[in-house]
Amino acid sequence: MSPVSPVSVTDVAPPVTAVARGPGVVRRLVRRPSFVAGAVLLVGWAVVAVFWPHLVPVDPMTQHPAERFRSPGWGHLFGTDQFGRDVLARVLAGARPVLAVAPLATAVGVGTGSLLGLVCGVRRGLLDEIVMRVVDVLAVFPSLVGAVVVVALVGRSTTTLVVVIGVFFVPIVTRSVRAAALVEREKPYVEAARLRGEPFPSLLGREVLPNVAGTVLVEATSRLGDAVFAAATLSFLGLGQPPGSPEWGTSVADNRVFLQHAWWTVLFPAFAVASLVIGVALVADNLREQEAAR
Amino acid sequence: MARFLVRRLLAIPVTLLAVSLLVFAATELIPGDVARVVLGPEASQASVDALRHQLHLDQPLPSRYLHWLGGFVTGDWGQSYTLGVAVRPLALDRLGQSLLLALLAFVLLVPFALALGLAAGLREGRPLDRVLSVTGLSLGAVPEFVTGVVLLVVFSVQLHWLPSSAQAPSGAGLLTRVEHLLLPAISLVLLCAGYVARHVRASTVATLSSPFIRAMRVRGLSEAQLVRGHVLRNCLVPVTSALAVQLQYLLAGLVTVELLFGYQGIGDLLLSSATSKDVPTLQATAIVLGAVGMLVYVLADVVYALLDPRIRVGKVAHQ
Repeated sequence: MSPVSPVSVTDVAPPVTAVARGPGVVRRLVRRPSFVAGAVLLVGWAVVAVFWPHLVPVDPMTQHPAERFRSPGWGHLFGTDQFGRDVLARVLAGARPVLAVAPLATAVGVGTGSLLGLVCGVRRGLLDEIVMRVVDVLAVFPSLVGAVVVVALVGRSTTTLVVVIGVFFVPIVTRSVRAAALVEREKPYVEAARLRGEPFPSLLGREVLPNVAGTVLVEATSRLGDAVFAAATLSFLGLGQPPGSPEWGTSVADNRVFLQHAWWTVLFPAFAVASLVIGVALVADNLREQEAAR
Repeated sequence: MARFLVRRLLAIPVTLLAVSLLVFAATELIPGDVARVVLGPEASQASVDALRHQLHLDQPLPSRYLHWLGGFVTGDWGQSYTLGVAVRPLALDRLGQSLLLALLAFVLLVPFALALGLAAGLREGRPLDRVLSVTGLSLGAVPEFVTGVVLLVVFSVQLHWLPSSAQAPSGAGLLTRVEHLLLPAISLVLLCAGYVARHVRASTVATLSSPFIRAMRVRGLSEAQLVRGHVLRNCLVPVTSALAVQLQYLLAGLVTVELLFGYQGIGDLLLSSATSKDVPTLQATAIVLGAVGMLVYVLADVVYALLDPRIRVGKVAHQ
């Protein structure tokens, strides 16, 4: 008797790959105004983050004491701040620190969480039990409280921000990827791969991963929004970028004492945060809907 | 049920122990000498050494940790390094302040989210539904300090309707305190309302499309009667779990809004003790906030299980 299972290869449904269902999903997505609006905001800010030095009218850091607190007008569309710096230039320059931290933190959190979720979901056993207990405990602790403690004590730096934000995403991502992997492991193609003796890493990476790719993508976009939220908030709390940085949260914190007579120094960076997080949220929500409909 | 409850409650001290260890380990990474930081650069080495001894900083980490832990569980939370007062009354007083703010936010959140979700659910697929859903989703993504700043500019700076500081003058009556707390509470509500409303909407849509509602429509019950008698009741379960998730955000949001609106709550204490390296205060506030957050979570789980007889959490966990 051969070691091959009696199930013929053609009986086993081929794993659906993300690429195979790609075009249809994209076509459906671009027909949704909320997705397009979100994508435009997200891509727009990404372009600004990379190319802002070519886009700003004046240098965002140069101080012009004679130009202090100009209200928005033709010379300065968004006005100037307490040092006479152009607020529009600072808002554009502020996209970079935010978009340097958020995607990296998302990659750390979603990468680690997906790996843990896949291994736990497919293998089960003692490791799964231990990891899920830890995840249960971590998930109920208010993460901002932990982040404030760690960043304040370890000291602020881009690396600290990325790691702290990323680590707090791990439980969330692990849970949802594990749930998706649990469904996949019962399917015939996994059994077939096992029976033909596919090594475990290859079983995870080549068989199961493409089938949970939708879940991972949804997690990644949702967490990207959370990462922007967290990075901006930590900066507002004085735990992100150093004071004087054009980063949006930092700008709001630096200028909030001038709220009474120079609202534009606070309101424009605040609107920048809002437009980016809303953009990401709209994209994430549409992707989630597509994935749920599958 | 009992088994489930015990398991959830047992997770709390375990997590808090882990948190206290983490904070202890992190304090080891503080650059410089805590005693030197407290006394300032001009203090003599002898007085720094004396303070180190007084704060037990000259002892090894494990014994310091156990000493602190013993004190904490018996009610001695130590002295603040920078404020010179006992930590326990300070932290508990600040917690009380924050709970008032959180309570106000919660009281505003529930009816607002219910109304929003019901309005969207009853108009499923129509323009109103789409507008409300996208608005709720967008507001839920925006950090509290952003909505807070916008509220401040509109209602405080431009319209002068509400005070910009959340801290009422001392000795003020409850009504004045609430007036001062309204803007921070609203920025917390705006963050959480979208998510809760989304669950209310989903539950409304599901209930309205179920056969028993159709049967009641056939019997001639009015829309208002249906909503009051059946739709709202069916919303309770998903809303409870959504609220539990959002209460976590609400607690975390306290740190941000208390800073923005200058309110002396426990979030403000957490941040100020973290930046001034006031370790005893920081440990106590982190643990108090963590404990409250986790208790809320467990409580919501219990209410959830009690409300929905279909959920037999203990049994599921047993399988």
